[in-house]
Amino acid sequence: MIYLDNSATTKVHDSVLESFIQVNKQFFGNPASIHEMGVESNMLLMRARTQIAQLVNTTPEQVIFTSGGTESNNFAFYGVVKANEHKGRHIITTAVEHPCILEAAKRLAAEGYEVDYLSVDEHGVISLEELRQKVRKDTILVSIMHVNNEMGAIMPIEQAAQIIHDNSRAVFHVDAIQSFGKLPITLTDGPDIISVSGHKIHALKGSGILAMKEHIQIAPFIVGGGQEFGLRSGTVAVPNAVAFAKAARIVIEEMPQKVAQYRKWREQLFKLFATFGEQVNVISPAQGAPHIVSVGIAGLKGEILINALQKEGIIVSTSSACSSKQTKTSHVIEALNVEQKYKDGVIRISFGANNTDEDIAQFQQVFTQLMHQLKGEHIK
Amino acid sequence: MMYKEILIRYGELSTKGRNKKDFIYRLRENIRYSFSDLAPLKIRTERDRMFIETETPERQEQLVTRLPKIFGIQSFSLVASAEKDMQAIKAVAHTIMAQYGEVTFKVEVKRSDKSFHMDTHEIQRDLGGYLLSNFQNLSVDVKKPQVPLRVEIREDAAYIMAGIIKGAGGMPVGSNGKSLLMLSGGIDSPVAAYLMMKRGVRIEAIHFFSPPYTSQNSLQKVMDLTNICTQFGARIRLHIIPFTEIQTLIKDRVPENLSMTTTRRMMLKVADKVRQEIDALGIVTGESLGQVASQTLHSMTAINEVTSTPVLRPLLSYDKNEIIDIAKEIGTYETSIQPYEDCCTVFTPANPATKPKLEKVEYYESMTEFDDLIDKAVRNREMHIFPRKEQKADKFAALL
Repeated sequence: MIYLDNSATTKVHDSVLESFIQVNKQFFGNPASIHEMGVESNMLLMRARTQIAQLVNTTPEQVIFTSGGTESNNFAFYGVVKANEHKGRHIITTAVEHPCILEAAKRLAAEGYEVDYLSVDEHGVISLEELRQKVRKDTILVSIMHVNNEMGAIMPIEQAAQIIHDNSRAVFHVDAIQSFGKLPITLTDGPDIISVSGHKIHALKGSGILAMKEHIQIAPFIVGGGQEFGLRSGTVAVPNAVAFAKAARIVIEEMPQKVAQYRKWREQLFKLFATFGEQVNVISPAQGAPHIVSVGIAGLKGEILINALQKEGIIVSTSSACSSKQTKTSHVIEALNVEQKYKDGVIRISFGANNTDEDIAQFQQVFTQLMHQLKGEHIK
Repeated sequence: MMYKEILIRYGELSTKGRNKKDFIYRLRENIRYSFSDLAPLKIRTERDRMFIETETPERQEQLVTRLPKIFGIQSFSLVASAEKDMQAIKAVAHTIMAQYGEVTFKVEVKRSDKSFHMDTHEIQRDLGGYLLSNFQNLSVDVKKPQVPLRVEIREDAAYIMAGIIKGAGGMPVGSNGKSLLMLSGGIDSPVAAYLMMKRGVRIEAIHFFSPPYTSQNSLQKVMDLTNICTQFGARIRLHIIPFTEIQTLIKDRVPENLSMTTTRRMMLKVADKVRQEIDALGIVTGESLGQVASQTLHSMTAINEVTSTPVLRPLLSYDKNEIIDIAKEIGTYETSIQPYEDCCTVFTPANPATKPKLEKVEYYESMTEFDDLIDKAVRNREMHIFPRKEQKADKFAALL
């Protein structure tokens, strides 16, 4: 099987899984316990936290373990807004965020906060000019994703940070779930807070972090026993945290070499899709993230192509795993003004650490073959 | 830019008359100790300053990072060298001054090589004029320049320096004898150690360990704190006293409101015995007046009565917040606040006497034979030397 849906989730690295198992066996003490086992667990947890802090350029106390990307993003929204509501009630985000941001924004809007959405151009990128116009003195949170999960557009984070920090006291949150390990993103590159999800970087599902710059303060979202410096209650899943730290280290260490590979494959696919002319429309921008290629197939439902590829042992997805089960067109595709005839036939190919040159060659061959078989019947 | 050497100013040390030689020797040894993990330093000492060769850029970096922690150094400067030729001197001065923005400066010249063809004033005028015509952002202030640019014409070469980096001040550790620190594991005692070391006192530490009432964790914490204290330029030996027997006996024999006073008295007796054995001059504590019941003037007097050895209390007049600030600065705070029971907290009575009557305390103590137990505790103490040479095998490394 050739797995090309790494933006939906990744396979856990063997060595990461091994760490997870070993921690569960050897260091299962509750890190909050005062007996030796607890102390040891806590020391290990601190080591994991410190390792992650070093990878994102902050202090260990500013790294909070969560249950994953959705919690991290919800937490960032709620935490920043509740800690800063005395400064204002205005929030800015973009029209193409992941639903866990958009739904959080909606909920806060219902509570009476004012939310502005930045639109994107045909490449899926926000306009810095629009951001400049929308940032106000009473803006308390700006949240912009680094890389779009459905088509790989890269947002200008550094420049956005400059504008936000020059014109407001707002906290700048960046959803780095799709970009971490594929593009450099740390807390010295502009953001005040970033979210990262474990299962997108070959760690376990149910793990994530929220990492903050020093001096950034947020309110707790989950309350209880006061774990994670009082910011995220609940017994910390030490095995998950350790696995996350290891996977994060590996993905950052391997980034130069893996990204070079992804770029090569991406170019190969761009070339392949160009050979189909009008029939295939590449939605991902040329300047996009190295690991995501989204294309629209004229007059063909995405689902049909996915099934056909699957029969040949190749796994890809429609625009995103979250929206792929809903029948309506995704909000991202809508925001991009994609021509009607391509809208229903969007598929996303996303690379991961385990892919090989052969995988990509095989995909090209099968895709070409299928396009010839399928087109007559399904093109309207 | 690559500098040739670092010039170290002794500051307070220079005023110490005939002991100076010992002080300089001590400082040089302490600097060597701080760099003992690296290749030996090339150090040259003079009457009122010391020079360390920078050798490589990495070495220069290490020196600039570590020197500010070593007591006995008032300040230091990076020194560049040039050939004894005005053209070469100007070029180096240009590179140095290019690092500054809008500042006032002054050229100071010292010419120990009297054969140099220009005299002090000529050099000053020539170099000053050159810099002024090359940098718009410089102006001269001979009284209080922000950047004193110093040029020394020595036998071998010309030496040029500008920036002054502040040192830790104080006196070299060991230049003022040795004392025994009572180290509980709280916030105060490491700060007391720091302040005493700053005044040149070499420290050994004593800790009272009462298993199972206090845990291995609290002992580990004390060891960690000792290790942190070694970064101020000296080895530290830690004496761990098995204290359970004495402590439980006190609880049985002395009324509750006086038990704390007696406990402290016994600790001080033990400490004094150890002090004698290790040839230390005084006993250092982290006591701060009025902080807790045992630290009122009445309590201290009753406790202190067991010995005539000087008990040094560098924190006596400090507020808790002032102590915390120093603890944070020297990096012991985070370790100190780990929440483990220590021997001071575990048997604390609900209402300890803040004005214990000495006669009463002595009366109750006289009914129990403590001296043998004290000797036994001193005899059975464990000793560790810090910093620890061998690192514990890292069992977490493979997991991460």
